[in-house]
Amino acid sequence: MFKILRKEILGPEMVLMELAAPNVSKTAEPGQFVVIRVYEKGERIPLTIADFDRSKGTVTIVFQKIGKTTHLLGTKNEGEELADVFGPLGNPTEIESFGKVVVVGGGIGIAPIYPISRKLKSKGNEVIAIIGYRSKDYVFWEERMRSVSDKLLIATNDGSYGEKGFVTDVLKRVLEQEKGIERVFTIGPAIMMKAVADMTRPYNIKTIASLNSLMVCGMGMCGACRVTVGGETKFTCSDGPDFDAHLVDFDELMKRLNIYKEEEKLSFEKWKEEVK
Amino acid sequence: MNVNKKLTPMKEQEPHERRNNFLEVPLGYTKEEAVLEASRCLQCPTHPCVDGCPVHINIPAFIKAIKEEKFDLAIDIIHESNLLPAVTGRVCPQEEQCQAVCVMGKIGDPVGIGRLERFVADLDLEKRRKGEVMMPKKEKDKGIKVAIVGSGPAGLSCAADLARMGYDVTIFEAFHVAGGVLVYGIPEFRLPKAIVQEEISMLSNMGVKFVFDFLVGRTRTIQGLFDDGFKAVFIGSGAGLPQFMHIPGENLGGIYSANEFLTRVNLMKAYKFPEFDTPIKKAKNVAVIGGGNVAMDAARTALRLGAEHVYLIYRRSREEMPARAEEIVHAEEEGIDFVLLSNPIRYIGDEKGFVKQVECIKMQLGEPDSSGRRRPIPIEGSEFKLDIDEAIVAIGTTPNPIIAKTTEGLKIGKHGEILVDENLQTSVRGVFAGGDIVTGAATVITAMGAGRLAAKSIDRFIKGEI
Repeated sequence: MFKILRKEILGPEMVLMELAAPNVSKTAEPGQFVVIRVYEKGERIPLTIADFDRSKGTVTIVFQKIGKTTHLLGTKNEGEELADVFGPLGNPTEIESFGKVVVVGGGIGIAPIYPISRKLKSKGNEVIAIIGYRSKDYVFWEERMRSVSDKLLIATNDGSYGEKGFVTDVLKRVLEQEKGIERVFTIGPAIMMKAVADMTRPYNIKTIASLNSLMVCGMGMCGACRVTVGGETKFTCSDGPDFDAHLVDFDELMKRLNIYKEEEKLSFEKWKEEVK
Repeated sequence: MNVNKKLTPMKEQEPHERRNNFLEVPLGYTKEEAVLEASRCLQCPTHPCVDGCPVHINIPAFIKAIKEEKFDLAIDIIHESNLLPAVTGRVCPQEEQCQAVCVMGKIGDPVGIGRLERFVADLDLEKRRKGEVMMPKKEKDKGIKVAIVGSGPAGLSCAADLARMGYDVTIFEAFHVAGGVLVYGIPEFRLPKAIVQEEISMLSNMGVKFVFDFLVGRTRTIQGLFDDGFKAVFIGSGAGLPQFMHIPGENLGGIYSANEFLTRVNLMKAYKFPEFDTPIKKAKNVAVIGGGNVAMDAARTALRLGAEHVYLIYRRSREEMPARAEEIVHAEEEGIDFVLLSNPIRYIGDEKGFVKQVECIKMQLGEPDSSGRRRPIPIEGSEFKLDIDEAIVAIGTTPNPIIAKTTEGLKIGKHGEILVDENLQTSVRGVFAGGDIVTGAATVITAMGAGRLAAKSIDRFIKGEI
């Protein structure tokens, strides 16, 4: 069992948990993820590692309450335990001294972008961070992101904080103004990562997306997370989760993310009845 | 002497009943039936059955004990070589192993060795449930740590033997329960999961430690295990990488690898959704691709999930099917529709991205290929389509590459298998491997045999003999 040591509400439906998982934190690297199972009858869901502390033996996850599993997870409090925290999984993000880089995070994807930015910065890169939220209420980790970037640009969909618009609106301007961007990293909803990829493609800037496929096993034995990259089938969990965004078939990814929409709805409705 | 030439029958759930439930199909022998079947054993002096068994159970001795109604003695004899007889009694292909060479087979049916093994094992589990625990004999603790990677058949049997020798054994398992393919792969109706856990609990009683949610290669590398104080490592991580055909449309919704389909149903209990949270698509018309045991398991599982029609598409003819004869018969009895000498060439999806048809091409058999089976050749212009809303690809698995990729100096063969010497030692000293990760997908009992051999080798390695 894995104890919740700290819980923090980051915004509407957005929760942070710091979990006691020493086996995971010992070898975790930015870009990797964990698969968690909340309780005995629970499903396995992948969550990107938002932070880790080797000396405390903890990993931090940030999630948005969407369906049954994430809502149920959200009801758990400090001191309670999760059935499973499995990891670290996937390949760490490839981080070198590239020069000038841009990180683009959207919504909950800002959490895993943070340790990546931190490592990029520590390797001497010039980090331009673009982060986007739905509105002012949803803003979290602004200061953390500022501490690991040379320039921080914030957008909200409704303009209630930072610039009005999407991260891609900001990215468009950055691409026009900045010279010598060596690499772009993006984490967020599939539709956003697709838009980022489309935008950097004409500039020929290598763009890495961390994919959020549905998963069961997390270790390459089931293929639930398969995705087409450059015309070849890859497993997000064991070949990724980072891929060259210019080669990812995002339309297929988005369709595959919806495979269990009906079942997810049924499960969530049933749960809401039960906890009424 | 008048010996009954016929195998004592075992009761089974009727096909029309069982296709609607996940309960076990064969129901096991009663005491009377077991004693009767045991009396068919000739106790021949050559006992070829023992050599036919990959873990060399003293078969005539345990059968004699059953005949004399000394059931405790029978289980002790089996436990000397095999701590999971309730499992192997159910899933071993005895007809290709011990029973294939049984002398009785020359004049009639071979002795039902597997059924007898299952009988004593089940009797033992019943006694254990009542609190009567028979502990296998153990040597004095050596205080030497050995790591086992994977809790499938190979890892469990290696751990059991090492624990008996007095080693301090830890099994690292990636999933949240022990058993490997016994829990994620083989369905409940062939191997009840409660039985697997009961058998495995014997290992815990012997002091074997289990660490779950631990993926060797990621959570810790093999080298990391040595740094943590382990003196030897056994890799029994199995052939977990599912193969796809790489044909158009294979990533449509509703298309699963057999591993995913069976893992959702068996390990995650998706057949009880929404009581359990893991979903599975409920389909009307299902195509299973493949002709092995896993294909049969997937087809029969799809039926039990409520499918109206399940096609089993296999590119060769029934004769070449690699599945056990018993499983093929079970599938057929339950109404699986065998589409033989046919191979999928593409899947066709609807506008939402779900599969709605599979297009196949008819095949004919040509000259034998490297496997000795006749090579299937497509017949031009013979394409046909089947309406389906789910497909399960069960064309085999290859070794999982994670350990190979993260272990320096570990030599790998061309199919991703770990290369070992005659002692099952890999190219890295102190690291041993066995089971499907070495052989590619094989049987539970072959993996258990490898686990036992590796245990012997690890003991010799630690003593400095190899």
